[in-house]
Amino acid sequence: MSTELRPVLIRGAAPYGEDPLDLLLADGVIADMGPSTVTDARAVDAEIVDGTGLVVLPGLVDLHTHLREPGREDAETVETGSRAAALGGYTAVFAMPNTDPTADTAGVVEQVYRLGREVGLVDVHPIGAVTVGRKGERLAELAAMANSAARVRIFSDDGDCVSDPLLMRRALEYVKAFDGLIAQHAQEPRLTEGAQMHEGIVSARLGMTGWPAVAEEAIIARDCLLTDHVGSRLHVCHLSTAGSVDVVAAAKKRGTTVTAEVTPHHLLLTDERAVGYDPVFKVNPPLRTASDIGALRRALADGVIDIVATDHAPHASQDKETEWDNASPGMLGLQTALSVVIETMVRSGLLDWRGVARVMSETPARIGGLRDQGRPLTVGEPATVVLIDPQAVWTVDADALASLSCNTPYAGMQLPGRVVATYLRGRATVSAAVLVGG
Amino acid sequence: MTVAMQPRERAAEGPASAGPAGVTGTAPTGPTPQRVRMPRHLLSASDLDRATAEHVLSTAQRIEQAISGREVRKLPTLRGRTVVNLFFEDSTRTRISFEVAAKRLSADVINFSAKGSSVSKGESLKDTAWTLQAMGADAVVCRHSSSGAPQQLSAWVDGHVINAGDGTHEHPTQALLDAYTLRRHLGGLDGRRVVVVGDVLHSRVARSNVLLLSTLGAEVTLVAPPTLLPVGVTNWPALVSYDLDSALVGADAVMMLRVQRERMSGAFFPTEREYSRSYGLDGRRRDLIAEHGIVLHPGPMNRGMEITPQVADGPGSVIVEQVANGVTVRMAVLYLLLSGETDAAMGAGL
Repeated sequence: MSTELRPVLIRGAAPYGEDPLDLLLADGVIADMGPSTVTDARAVDAEIVDGTGLVVLPGLVDLHTHLREPGREDAETVETGSRAAALGGYTAVFAMPNTDPTADTAGVVEQVYRLGREVGLVDVHPIGAVTVGRKGERLAELAAMANSAARVRIFSDDGDCVSDPLLMRRALEYVKAFDGLIAQHAQEPRLTEGAQMHEGIVSARLGMTGWPAVAEEAIIARDCLLTDHVGSRLHVCHLSTAGSVDVVAAAKKRGTTVTAEVTPHHLLLTDERAVGYDPVFKVNPPLRTASDIGALRRALADGVIDIVATDHAPHASQDKETEWDNASPGMLGLQTALSVVIETMVRSGLLDWRGVARVMSETPARIGGLRDQGRPLTVGEPATVVLIDPQAVWTVDADALASLSCNTPYAGMQLPGRVVATYLRGRATVSAAVLVGG
Repeated sequence: MTVAMQPRERAAEGPASAGPAGVTGTAPTGPTPQRVRMPRHLLSASDLDRATAEHVLSTAQRIEQAISGREVRKLPTLRGRTVVNLFFEDSTRTRISFEVAAKRLSADVINFSAKGSSVSKGESLKDTAWTLQAMGADAVVCRHSSSGAPQQLSAWVDGHVINAGDGTHEHPTQALLDAYTLRRHLGGLDGRRVVVVGDVLHSRVARSNVLLLSTLGAEVTLVAPPTLLPVGVTNWPALVSYDLDSALVGADAVMMLRVQRERMSGAFFPTEREYSRSYGLDGRRRDLIAEHGIVLHPGPMNRGMEITPQVADGPGSVIVEQVANGVTVRMAVLYLLLSGETDAAMGAGL
């Protein structure tokens, strides 16, 4: 297939924001690159892309996406979610299993995997549920999902916590057999009964039941200790508090094999957004305080938090335009993630472009066990790259996003950085900031 | 003093604009209120600055004076206007209070009980809002079990929205009636010590009272077991104590909050008896407050739990009067919101 692709010659773009080079994408790989026009014969027929002023990074990898299919095709489908991902600079996404039916069998994960391949805009890797129906009662057939065509390696009950300590221990132990890992949605259920938003000054004023930071931190601490005990791998989903940063930092220091993600919204938005009761700002875990944001940014910069993951969570309007208590938690993220990271991490000097590549591409690919994503920008590597205009500024228009749903918390906000082109194994999925194919 | 409450001119109104039948004369007495800014909606007690809050209370006072001793206790002020009581949650007392208030102002009242589990989630809130909008509601009095629902509603309707209690957030007209009652008995509120006791965490009455009473210059002390105080209470304009006895000494007023028995299951306190011993108002504690001090309760009471029957019915208890004042204050709120008053208009009449 890739041999039929017309080669692409990107001129004068800056890998990792460093010295501008020419890159030749041919036969699905980076065929050549260099400071002046490449001499490779394949460059003759190549489509020329002016990369002046653009930054090149390996294609982004999202370890935490909700594609809603099967079951809620009114909110998102594998196809619409893939479009959003490609436009956001992603070349691979991991789809959470809280679908209907739950992705807790080989059949469902293979269905999602197959749908992703048919759309072909990004590599879609299903995450399998840890427990049957995500009910937290008994293990799903994890090995069957691992051995399926989808080759599932990450398991999560995301949306719910595997709160039973014995079940969590067994899950961590069991996935060692096929080098899997458990991605935990850390939320102590009893401490968060009826919780609506971060417990603090704002929740007291708004009269909403609080979601205390300790409900996340206690589970992360427990799970790190369990992971040590059984010698497994733990990934912490959407870490959101300064206290969680301390817990993970301490665990890593003593050698726990734990990785952690932070979402773009937890890097930018505070619980003050709940004032006004607009459920577009309702998310789980909830938006936290400015001091949490500061701690999360520093932790992402210094590696305590390994990656940025979107927790892209589309919801149909009837599930959002409702009373706050009844609204579904979650927000769109795929098309805004890179811009929010530029805003919060690059502009503040906390991360350079190599850092962005690390937290949004290389490390998530490594955690997810992807061999052909998040690769270095060198000759012979997959031509799976994204071109970014770091100078562009755009205003988020909820209706213009590719998702079927409109629940972006950034509507009307001006954000820096724009994805100009995305290439998946040498084929453009986005070109001139517009979707190609799919 | 007599009163003239002119309805806002409306072309279709006809007879109503002929003037408040039965109320004679005008009395442009009293100081013109300063910087009175009646909000478009009454969603939170914090929507009222001090001058506006005092204006609401003075208006209520004038209404009370205007109708006291009259055989027909009804003013034509809101004739032709439609007030919808939109109650997503049972509350006979508050609904009736608003209904009486609106009817005494001659408004058409529609009771819209949207309670019921068949109402699927809150899409119904938006749909209901559009229905009310289509029917031309001038004011919507909204009670809802979800904090913030009246505020959301206010974005979807043109009419004035009055929060009649939303979840565990606020109940601003309750605070106004409490302030009105306090003012009647204590004169002004400046420097007065008001002790609010009970389930502050879940109480919309407490939230609205803390905001309003502090705006009016009172010193509010919240007394509750630590489990029934919100984590963020430290930022509220109120003092906090766990010790009822010491807080009560010399207080000008004590306001007991209803403690819902279902809180037991949430492990907020061990037993009703222990709660009652530590935070219940009995005769001995009643005697700790100032001699002129009064006892309030928003109702409905758990007699024997947070308050003994002897105290509830005893000297200094203004609990029944609170109910009557509720109607008066709600008349003032409806009047001020619906008559679309401005600073200039206020100087003229009320």
